[in-house]
Amino acid sequence: MPVIIETQGNALTYETIEPEAGLKAALATSRADLVDTIRDSGLMGRGGAGFPTGMKWGFCAAEKADQKYVICNADEGEPGTFKDRVILTRFADLVLEGMTIGGYAVGASLGIIYLRAEYTYLRPHLNDVIQKRRAAGLLGHDVCGVEGFDFDVIVAMGAGAYVCGEETALIESLEGFRGEPRNRPPFPVVAGLLNNPTVVNNVETLASVAAIMAKGTEWFKSFGTDKSSGYKLFSVSGDCDKPGVYEFPWGITVAELLKEVGGEGAKAVQIGGASGVCVPARDFERRLAFEDIPTGGSVMVIGPDRDILDVAENFLEFFVEESCGQCTPCRLGNPQMLEAVKLLKAGACPPEFLENVKELAGTMQVASKCGLGQTSPSAFLSILEGFGDEIHNRAAGA
Amino acid sequence: MATTMTNDELRADIEALVERLGPGRASLIPILADVKRRFHEIDSETMQTIADVLDIHPVEVHSVASFYAFLHSAPEGQFVIRLCGTLPCDFAGKQAVADALRTELGIGFDETTEDGLFTLEWTSCMGMCDQGPALLVNDEVHTRVTPEKAKAVVAACRAAAVAKEA
Ligand SMILES: Cc1cc2nc3c(=O)[nH]c(=O)nc-3n(C[C@H](O)[C@H](O)[C@H](O)COP(=O)(O)O)c2cc1C
Ligand code: SF4
Ligand code: FES
Repeated sequence: MPVIIETQGNALTYETIEPEAGLKAALATSRADLVDTIRDSGLMGRGGAGFPTGMKWGFCAAEKADQKYVICNADEGEPGTFKDRVILTRFADLVLEGMTIGGYAVGASLGIIYLRAEYTYLRPHLNDVIQKRRAAGLLGHDVCGVEGFDFDVIVAMGAGAYVCGEETALIESLEGFRGEPRNRPPFPVVAGLLNNPTVVNNVETLASVAAIMAKGTEWFKSFGTDKSSGYKLFSVSGDCDKPGVYEFPWGITVAELLKEVGGEGAKAVQIGGASGVCVPARDFERRLAFEDIPTGGSVMVIGPDRDILDVAENFLEFFVEESCGQCTPCRLGNPQMLEAVKLLKAGACPPEFLENVKELAGTMQVASKCGLGQTSPSAFLSILEGFGDEIHNRAAGA
Repeated sequence: MATTMTNDELRADIEALVERLGPGRASLIPILADVKRRFHEIDSETMQTIADVLDIHPVEVHSVASFYAFLHSAPEGQFVIRLCGTLPCDFAGKQAVADALRTELGIGFDETTEDGLFTLEWTSCMGMCDQGPALLVNDEVHTRVTPEKAKAVVAACRAAAVAKEA
């Protein structure tokens, strides 16, 4: 048994998926049809960016190369996210099944789980599951007796850097370099690890692949909305009675979610982690879905007595710490936003300075090299917009 | 480190690691992690040895080590206590835990106790947000940490260190 860090929540669909049913169904399908099936399911990446998984696999499958890789992104560094930890603890076999299905679909023979250093305690468990799968013929030479399909998985460790969750930084890290994001194109599906075509998928995406192959695309599409198919795991933390990992179909409103977790009365909810948006109570009828509020599943509940500027300050401290410093907008912009929040807290932020910083934040969103710098202004800007009165009144009263 | 181990022994150790991990550049981070875990620092002599074995420039080794929070080359205590500073753990009461740790250890954050036992650091969200405040002691996760629990964790480390000496 792995070390279990107990986490509350509701019932998860993964509990009901028959082991190896997805893998067997996948291996009975041609590679092209398999990619089409994933495409038809409408599955979009669960790591935050929401890229269609079938399309990603299709690109990689189309590349000609002697070696390809499937990487499971288990870096889970976005503040407020812990659903991948729960999946890796309880459903590691499903994740490995998903990786194996991916390996078959794109023609890869090696899978790598990139596990964040903070989850080192899970490593023996993952190695154990991998070992058992090898012994059962579910990994290794001629997987499940399919001639010519060799696929094995290893675990590689992160070393404490949020930015390494970004897929090209992750690859740099695996190659033994500083985890600095690369310019794109080329995308990893064309030139990834050691310049070979590489699929990078989130832990939950891969578990979902196994579920889809076990139960079918129609089943999967029966959850969610037209544009966001399936269900999603949400990591709920902060000011609520029942924090934990919850599964909901896409399309649930913020208000409905808060009711489930005992978070009614919140003044705001930060959705998508530090890089996400801060949703004020008046917008709680908005929906969690790719067409409204897209998210990797981090939901941080902010209670009525919290100072919204403390929230902004905490996130900006995070980004100042975690920026790799490689490009100018991000390196300079995060400290400037933090400075503005500190001045606002003291009721001493000159309006011109604030305007300048907002402009800089806009520049970061378009000119930063990777998603970190492109999204770190989101919380800052949405807090300024959503809580203008609270911030102003305090400035006046100070 | 040089006092506890000769250069030849260290080199043999690193070579053994390379044998296991492969001679490629990709072995660098696992090697650094291993050195850090065993010696709690990565001194320049060791960096030179790693560079020799992997056939890269020592500056490269330093550049990689300095990038990762868990590989910083500066000497650290036998027990590195990392307290999560991110929002949910902040809401859950990280400040009281931070104060208790400072008092108990007699050091501030980013400092190491004189006996070389403890280093105290902040860390970013470590994926335990539903049960904060959370902290790591080396690889070990502790959740729902109260000031009392923090003191007990420190006491347990001290006891483990004494047991190891004996
Ligand atoms: C700064 C940054 C950190 C990221 N961290 C993670 C992470 O921890 N886990 C993850 O799955 N994706 C993370 N991503 C997204 C990945 O770059 C990538 O889009 C994802 O792993 C693709 O998998 P998916 O399509 O299955 O979601 C991060 C992106 C950025 C910009
Ligand atoms: S946006 Fe920030 S984290 Fe991303 S590459 Fe630029 S400096 Fe690094
Ligand atoms: S906020 Fe502390 S573990 Fe996530």
